[in-house]
Amino acid sequence: MTTWHEYLKEEGQPPIWPYPVRFGQEQEIEADVLVIGGGIAGCWAAISAARQGLNVVLVEKGDTVRSGAGGPGCDHWCDAPANPLSRVSPDDWAHHMAGRPYSNGIGIQIQCREDYDTLLEMEQMGGKIRDISDEYAGAEGRDDKTKFMISPRYGTIHSYLPDPRMGEPNFNPPEKRNNVVIRVWGSTFKPALKKECKRLGVKIFDRVMGTSLLTEGGIQGARVVGATGLNSRTGEFLIFKSKSTILSTAGGGSLWLMSMELGGYSSMHSRTMSGDGTIMAWKAGAELTKMEGTGMVMIATGLKHKWYSGAGDASYENVPLVDAKGTRLPYPIQGWVDAGAMVPAPGVEAKIREGIMHGKYELPFYGDFPSMPEVERRATWKLMLGEESTTRIIIDTLEKGGFDINRDQLQSYKFIEGQSLPQWRDVGYGGGLLVDWNLKTSLDGLYAAGTQMFAPEDHSHAAATGRYAGRKAAAYARETGHARLSRDQIEAEKTRVYAPVKRSSGIEWKELHAGIARAMQYYVSEYKTESLLNIGLNALKKIEMESVPRLFALDPHKLMRSLEDLSMLEYAKIIIQASMTRKASSIPLNFQRIDFPVVDPPEWNKFLTIKLENNQVKTGDRPQNFWGDMKKQYEAHNKDYTGVYKGK
Amino acid sequence: MSQEKVFAIPNITTPNTPVIFNPEICTGCNICVETCQIDVYIPHPQERKPPIILHPEECWYCGCCANDCPCPGAIQFNWPLELRGYWKNKETGEIHQL
Repeated sequence: MTTWHEYLKEEGQPPIWPYPVRFGQEQEIEADVLVIGGGIAGCWAAISAARQGLNVVLVEKGDTVRSGAGGPGCDHWCDAPANPLSRVSPDDWAHHMAGRPYSNGIGIQIQCREDYDTLLEMEQMGGKIRDISDEYAGAEGRDDKTKFMISPRYGTIHSYLPDPRMGEPNFNPPEKRNNVVIRVWGSTFKPALKKECKRLGVKIFDRVMGTSLLTEGGIQGARVVGATGLNSRTGEFLIFKSKSTILSTAGGGSLWLMSMELGGYSSMHSRTMSGDGTIMAWKAGAELTKMEGTGMVMIATGLKHKWYSGAGDASYENVPLVDAKGTRLPYPIQGWVDAGAMVPAPGVEAKIREGIMHGKYELPFYGDFPSMPEVERRATWKLMLGEESTTRIIIDTLEKGGFDINRDQLQSYKFIEGQSLPQWRDVGYGGGLLVDWNLKTSLDGLYAAGTQMFAPEDHSHAAATGRYAGRKAAAYARETGHARLSRDQIEAEKTRVYAPVKRSSGIEWKELHAGIARAMQYYVSEYKTESLLNIGLNALKKIEMESVPRLFALDPHKLMRSLEDLSMLEYAKIIIQASMTRKASSIPLNFQRIDFPVVDPPEWNKFLTIKLENNQVKTGDRPQNFWGDMKKQYEAHNKDYTGVYKGK
Repeated sequence: MSQEKVFAIPNITTPNTPVIFNPEICTGCNICVETCQIDVYIPHPQERKPPIILHPEECWYCGCCANDCPCPGAIQFNWPLELRGYWKNKETGEIHQL
């Protein structure tokens, strides 16, 4: 008896809600530093602030032990140029990585300077970062002295962008590798982080969703002085009072796609990713940027019999791809030979397609594990895929089902699964809070880390920026006192939060999500014009006026999902408003306007900002590289910081 | 045919069984209820019984429940049919699916 219907059949009645229901009841909590979002960035922020001796409160929608994108694990500690095996300087590497258009130079500089220190602290807390038991002795990239396992990723160049040199064998000879990425046993990280939070006295509120930020006097744009939250099991209302607040929640989720019943036709992310933090900050008056940029949802992304998207599956990093007859394909691997490509050079994919059509290559393709050297095969399977986020359960299930890496080839879905539709978009790693060199947002008292910032990056970026934001928010909290909370603001939020539980019919959260997603598919997709965007905005406003007042939730969990929808609805409106502001097309932003077809004209190579002022949308802009000289700025803002890196 | 009680209930969600609990091994410790990122499970009203799968269609197959389960074999992952991968024996060419 494990499913709901089996329970019903056996017991003759549905199960009673297992937690006490406390809709509307209040609990007040005081903190020096409040951290909202207990993923990688949030845990590091809480630890870093607590190490300054402050009273820290951490609020997490799931359970901190495994929540967030990095909860299940992480196999790569990226961009760690301060590590002793690196052949590049942190400042040079940061400069190189920030050269990608619309990236976040502040976050990248912090990552490159501090994430190696962060990694060493991770080890002190119990995270495994070295091959101490010599399990992978002899593997390429393993350093016998430090027992670090350098990853082939970013071996010679960084990946993610097509490089014309991809596919040439021996592209990155060992003596030319950057050695900036370290393989790690990330499944050990999250429980260790939670344990350290507890050891330091951080008060953790699990299963609590942040719902709003409280501002001084309840005024939009004023200093952030606290927040409200909803317990998703009990429905209790939490009121947090804080001297400084760090937002480290997830970014926007599946705004263009909603289909739970056809597993896989969803974004790569869990449903808990709903942009709540961004919307809390938006309503409080914080400035956002890059909100018009979108990513593409690869078809079947999230299908868990492969990892990641349809872009690479079995070949994703180190496994050579062969056709059904065993012929090696020119599709590059991110392993030692091909220098770290995640996507093939322009033309390669077309050549493979032509080969398929003319009988040169036979479908389907396979990841040829048996052809790899034994230790590399094992490292790829057990360390890389075994430690990387949601892939551990994939390899476990495959092994239990009889798959053997020494004997079998894993099927690739390249070409046989078709192409992703242009209407299936994703907010990607794009928009978010504008931050300065203290990772402070445009609001006093409010800081951001990890995916909450604009143009966030990966796990180690979340860790390093979380740790940094914790330090800076603690410094601010030391110099300031508590402010009185506005009861009017709290009451207005309570009314908003509990409205869906006052109804028992109307529209439930899944239908609302699907409705928002459909409007986004129609009007905010491959074809954008001023009038299409206007129709889209009106469609969302209609949903807001007519459907939201009918939204109903039967229990605290469904209430949480309903509130997530409201975040998504607001997020969608911001995307449209930001899209209307950019009157030019842009390749790096994946942004196509029919009425402004010129691609990336120089006058539009700038960040567009958007915020609420007296509840009116205000837009602005910042130049690319508005952060200034990254090395100088970093050093000017961190004179007291002592880390491992002393200059090279 | 036995005269079983038949309830009038809506269609159940699809997929509806992301994991299969083995009640012989599961101790009902509810660690999976806590590690689940999105509250797919609720604890069973009776102690020492496997949790109830309340929100199966919200599962995004992160695997935390099975990975952290202290009783090996208590939780078996049950991939929906459309999420079951294929592989091939390199020597024999035989094709398998999970």
